[in-house]
Amino acid sequence: MEKVEVRYDNKIVKYFAYATIIWGITGMTVGLIAALQLAFPNFFNDYLGYKYISFGRIRPLHTNAVIFAFVGNAIFTGVYYSLQRLLKTRMWSDKLSYINFWGWQLIILSAVITLPMGFTSSKEYAELEWPIDIAIALMWVVFGWNMFATILVRRVKHLYVAIWFYLGTFVTVAVLHIFNSFEIPVHFMKSYSWYSGVQDALVQWWYGHNAVAFFLTTPFLGLMYYFVPKAANRPIYSYKLSIIHFWALIFLYIWAGPHHLLYSSLPDWAQSLGVVFSIMLIAPSWGGMLNGLLTLRGVWDKVRDSAVLKFFVVALTAYGMATFEGPMLSLKNINSITHFTDWIVAHVHVGGLGWNGMLIFGMMYYLFPKLYKVKLYSHSLANAHFWIATLGILLWTIPMYWAGFSQGLMWQEFNPDGTLMYPDFLSTVTALKPFYIMRSFGGLIYIIGVFMMAYNIRKTIKSGTFVKEEVVQVTPTIDKKENHKGEHWHRVIERKPVRLLVFSFIVIAIGGAVEIIPTMAVESNIQKISQVLPYTPLELEGRDIYIREGCVGCHSQMVRPLRFETERYGEYSKAGEFVYDHPFLWGSKRTGPDLAREGGLRSDSWHYSHMIMPKEISPGSIMPAYPWLAEEELNTSHIEKKIRVLQGLGVPYPEGFDKEALADLQNQANKIAQNVITDLSKEQSNVQVSDIAGKEIIAIIAYLQRLGTDIKAVPVQETEVETSMK
Amino acid sequence: MLRYIKHNMSEIAGIEIFPIISLLIFVLFFVVVLWRMYKMTKQETDIYGQIPLLEDDETIENNDTKD
Repeated sequence: MEKVEVRYDNKIVKYFAYATIIWGITGMTVGLIAALQLAFPNFFNDYLGYKYISFGRIRPLHTNAVIFAFVGNAIFTGVYYSLQRLLKTRMWSDKLSYINFWGWQLIILSAVITLPMGFTSSKEYAELEWPIDIAIALMWVVFGWNMFATILVRRVKHLYVAIWFYLGTFVTVAVLHIFNSFEIPVHFMKSYSWYSGVQDALVQWWYGHNAVAFFLTTPFLGLMYYFVPKAANRPIYSYKLSIIHFWALIFLYIWAGPHHLLYSSLPDWAQSLGVVFSIMLIAPSWGGMLNGLLTLRGVWDKVRDSAVLKFFVVALTAYGMATFEGPMLSLKNINSITHFTDWIVAHVHVGGLGWNGMLIFGMMYYLFPKLYKVKLYSHSLANAHFWIATLGILLWTIPMYWAGFSQGLMWQEFNPDGTLMYPDFLSTVTALKPFYIMRSFGGLIYIIGVFMMAYNIRKTIKSGTFVKEEVVQVTPTIDKKENHKGEHWHRVIERKPVRLLVFSFIVIAIGGAVEIIPTMAVESNIQKISQVLPYTPLELEGRDIYIREGCVGCHSQMVRPLRFETERYGEYSKAGEFVYDHPFLWGSKRTGPDLAREGGLRSDSWHYSHMIMPKEISPGSIMPAYPWLAEEELNTSHIEKKIRVLQGLGVPYPEGFDKEALADLQNQANKIAQNVITDLSKEQSNVQVSDIAGKEIIAIIAYLQRLGTDIKAVPVQETEVETSMK
Repeated sequence: MLRYIKHNMSEIAGIEIFPIISLLIFVLFFVVVLWRMYKMTKQETDIYGQIPLLEDDETIENNDTKD
């Protein structure tokens, strides 16, 4: 065929690349602040105790920023660059490209504003409230439409492996986001999850793990398949391996979600599926790693001189480490030690700092010289960045491994007489302080490396000229009508992107369907407990404050059926206890103790004082102070709507209860306020019930005092029988 | 809303068959994939690996690839 002129759009790549670096610095800085809050809590309480930057509120800001803003923009950077060149065509629509860009940045901005204000759903990596969820879905469709249309107008017949990964990413993230985001609005910035309890947990971690799989992994594998061969000027080691590991990866990954819920109230069969599929996942994951590393066969000497290749090598190695560690953490015996500890956090950051971060840095050093048609300003600075980043990863993760291992073992330790060796949870936290300090230092070093990169790239830009469009002459090879006899089946699929999309969708849907549908539908999976009743209006408001402040970031609500757990916390958690929890609040981390059976353990006044200044009640506590809860009036303007929404979701409040809710709330609040005043009246004799009954803190005390108490109540049927017999 | 779905599917008789079916689909799919991979020729695999390294005017069809 004749040659055709094509103009690759570099401007959109530049925009996304800038956004990647800026948000990377932002997201990592928020992470550093969070780390310092854990390492130096007193400093923050004394000087920086603003509610907008409290740990519980900025933790999700950090996770959302590094995942969606840093990694997200990096995905778009790499995809927009590589897609055009692999398909030998410009993006189908410039307009959609820029809508994608600006829309995505606006979404990030909305996160920066809403999360510190406490507008959160509490569901991990899906904290953004419902209007933003809709915006995300729209932007994702814009991205996918543009990408798919570009594939359809391509000038190259065959789709290279990177593009299968991009397609798989698009389809799966769309499905995950939509299904996990089923929520009923209460008002503009508040909604309740459609799911509750065990089902919500399963949907959440089907989503959460696959956010890792299909946002942090598959697009990056795609980018790896493009940028590593380009940087090394070698073809990928094994095309066959790339086919096998692609299909295996996208099939198996979906099922792994339950490994976040081992020893929880999730039905055992679902837990087992999660374990088994997580182990199987080692194979395709390592297939990807090996394919990338072995591509460098014969050109390892290039790695010595190239910062780009050094970053890619460490990225792939970190990927291999994390994808071996993950399956190991999915084994129940290991999980019983590691769950809820900093080991999990360490695992996350091996992947995040190592695989995602290092790959992004390598890609940036590769791209900017190409975009500006100039040599990188300083190769030695880039190499220095490499060493500093690697050091940062080590200083971040090794302290956290030590901390996680120590704390996990301390929780399990028994004295010879059968009592817990560390009955006081706080002692297992104070032991971690030196590790939290070291980890902050590691993070600081990693960020310094990023600043080095920003400086290097800025200097590079200044000395070059931006190539807005790369103009090339291509020989198109596509002739869609052609039929190929005797062609390998996968080549057929690669030529037919719609088929590839549909097959990928079917494959990923199978795992979700098999795990989720029975959990939703089969009654026996969630054994009802008759004593479990809906939250009272005051407790509901308190629960919403718990969600707002991000308490779930440090406190779990899931006592596992393990002896060291039941010794410490009481009866293990049953599935039926959570049926009215919209959303579930099982938590993933115990920086503070589990609260599932907190109800009735301490007096209302203990909670009152502890919330206002934790370290005065619990010396050595690293929990931030929440004085504003005792000062702010509880906003009850939405309580009627909340009751109605929950009734719609099947929570059995009596008909018309929404009208009685406010009175019920005030009644309960007065009782709690009276309790608090009675206990504290020695110091504050002038305080009246009406002074504090309307404050937010009363609501959260009510909620905390309810936790785990339902199953201790006498069963309703028994008392009725007794009464009728009298 | 969810309760209506749950009510209609409150007991799926013989639910045990579903995981078995899905296991069979899985095994069958991968047996087929591996078989097809085994039959692929080296020439085909070498060609597809070259795609990102092609110059703009090169194609894998006219095989101008440098080796």
